[in-house]
Amino acid sequence: MLIPNIDIFWFVALPYLDLALAIGGGIYRYYRHRFTYSSLSSQLLENRKLFWGSVSWHYGITLILLAHLLAALFPGAAAWALGGPIRLMVLEFTGMALALYALVGLLILIGRRWRTFSLPRATTSYMDGFLLFFLLLQVVTGLGLSLFNRWGSLWYLKTAVPWFWSLARLHPDASTVAFLPGFVQVHFVVGFIVILLFPFSRLVHLVKFPLPYLWRPYQVVMWHRPRPAAGTNRSRA
Amino acid sequence: MNVRAQMSMVFHLDKCIGCHTCSLACKNIWTDRPGTEYMWWNNVETKPGTGYPTRYEDQEQYRGGWELKQGTLKLRLGSRPSELVNISFNPRLPTLDDYYEPWTYRYGDLINAPQGDDQPVARPVSMITGRDMEIEAGPNWDDDLSGSEIYAANDPNLQKLSEEERRDFFGLQQLVFFYLPRICNHCLNPSCVAACPSGAIYKRGEDGIVLVSQEKCQGWRMCVSGCPYKKVYFNWSTGKAEKCILCYPRLESGQAPACFHTCPGRIRYLGMVLYDADRIHAAASRPDAELVEAQRELLLDPHDPEVLREARAAGIDDKVLEACQHSPVYQYVKVWKLALPLHPEWRTLPMLFYVPPLLPVLATMSNNSYELSSDFFPSLESIRIPMSFLASMFTAGDEETIVKVYRKLMAGRLCLRAETVGDVPPEQVARALADAETTHEELQAIYRLTALATAEERYVIPTFLREEAIEATGDPQLFQEAAGAGFLRWPERGL
Repeated sequence: MLIPNIDIFWFVALPYLDLALAIGGGIYRYYRHRFTYSSLSSQLLENRKLFWGSVSWHYGITLILLAHLLAALFPGAAAWALGGPIRLMVLEFTGMALALYALVGLLILIGRRWRTFSLPRATTSYMDGFLLFFLLLQVVTGLGLSLFNRWGSLWYLKTAVPWFWSLARLHPDASTVAFLPGFVQVHFVVGFIVILLFPFSRLVHLVKFPLPYLWRPYQVVMWHRPRPAAGTNRSRA
Repeated sequence: MNVRAQMSMVFHLDKCIGCHTCSLACKNIWTDRPGTEYMWWNNVETKPGTGYPTRYEDQEQYRGGWELKQGTLKLRLGSRPSELVNISFNPRLPTLDDYYEPWTYRYGDLINAPQGDDQPVARPVSMITGRDMEIEAGPNWDDDLSGSEIYAANDPNLQKLSEEERRDFFGLQQLVFFYLPRICNHCLNPSCVAACPSGAIYKRGEDGIVLVSQEKCQGWRMCVSGCPYKKVYFNWSTGKAEKCILCYPRLESGQAPACFHTCPGRIRYLGMVLYDADRIHAAASRPDAELVEAQRELLLDPHDPEVLREARAAGIDDKVLEACQHSPVYQYVKVWKLALPLHPEWRTLPMLFYVPPLLPVLATMSNNSYELSSDFFPSLESIRIPMSFLASMFTAGDEETIVKVYRKLMAGRLCLRAETVGDVPPEQVARALADAETTHEELQAIYRLTALATAEERYVIPTFLREEAIEATGDPQLFQEAAGAGFLRWPERGL
């Protein structure tokens, strides 16, 4: 099957380019601009709307992203899980409900930053607006295709997943996604644009999720002078 | 024994005149940057009052500090997994409404307004949005009991008082207040450190100062709710937590912190104490009524040869040990047992201690209040603040401990009065001394350090030996272009 050049750009060149930029840029920013390597919270300035927005958005989008990731990593297990009509229905509707949950949260988050007189507006950068726009586009197209191109969880395993694996194996093959409807392709492309924005926006806070908190000692003590007992210059006690 | 040194503080509340000089000195040095306008690393509250942020003492609302659950010490904020679950929205965070929206005035309008019939006014503008705003609250809105029906009446410490006590306390003739200056307590068991998911807050081993690493801080805001004293603030512009640093750059060059240095009432004392780090957890886990005593026991005698040997083995320099031996804090807290921690029941083992206020003498004491005038204090004098209120603040509700402190303070007053004025009968002084279990010599020493001490006696700052430590490990060229050590870049977020 002949794939047009334009599709080679969108589905082969763009993914590689932006993965390279996301990883390289992420590392560069971590080592050169660590002070900015977090998300700028506006909870101090506005609390009530943030509760409905932030909680819905984060829980909705995290679970949906996990479903995408797990299905891509273990397509066999995913195919088995979606194997019966009832299981398929349950999983699809759960997915849709979560997408709707995330969408509502995102709209609240956009709304509270949009109002000219709101306090969070004062700490909103152009990049925040840019990022919110693409996230909204991504959630809307995702929700749209799950409604209008039914049983997306099933054809995802046969179209996008092989494409991801071909990219990962450095043997790019876009044939499984090149002939999908434009609406679906927009969802793919915007997804990669969001990844592209990772090192340039507040998205970097994703990789700083503080999991080590679960096992580190409660108290942190730092020493300037060498400790005779510990024998190291900086120790944690 | 694991001996460590801690820079600690005593504030003598009888001497505080509530002038806020300390707050302004701190603000001018540290918190005049964007995002920090609302922060008061040092603030002075009127008591009774709701404090800053409003009702910070109410841990049912803010869940700060530690609690004992089935005998084990737990963060009141919740378990570690629950903190991670709440990471996208901290349900216990005070918002700007609990502080205030910082503002300035459009002073230019006073000069530039076109000529007209009206006097030009300088309108208030928000320092966050830059737009016109209505001022609803500000720093020390309840200073000197202003609006006391709203502020003083909502003091969480009043819950411990009976209906009658509360009525007396607020009786128009008897209304009384004192000031409570607060900075970070640089606790031995800091709950802000424990609550920080990123591990960005740490305690310096050498002097126990608690600091926030601005690069590690991810702005999850758990420290703000974790600290029961609400002495960690969130910078809304940089997205980082900031707090009192006890002016460590000043300390390292031998100067007292700015708030100490500027205090006109000379209420502040600064000194090193030695403590046993292995016993922190056990001390913080004692029952409420024993917490003050547990903290006193934690402090080690800097003259004890055994302690000195262990301290040297732990790498504590002789100069630091010498400073510990001259520490005014050790005298007030451990030897004289006059200074008490604020809210020990939050179990962070705060290292800022307060000598509670004796307050002006009241001659007209009506019979419906405490029977202090007759048998409690053997004098004409009496105290106008209910003991239960003070116990709620300084001894986790244990009135016995606070009464002992007041007996000694009162004995000191009587003793000095007998000496300088001579109108107190000797037997009354003797009885006061016996009640307070103190001696003439001790009271003289207390009087000396309280009233006559020089700056060198009030601030005993050891050399920090940083000149050796820094140059051995760091590259001085790195900071050549910067003024001092610190940020090489302007702390801006950019993207």
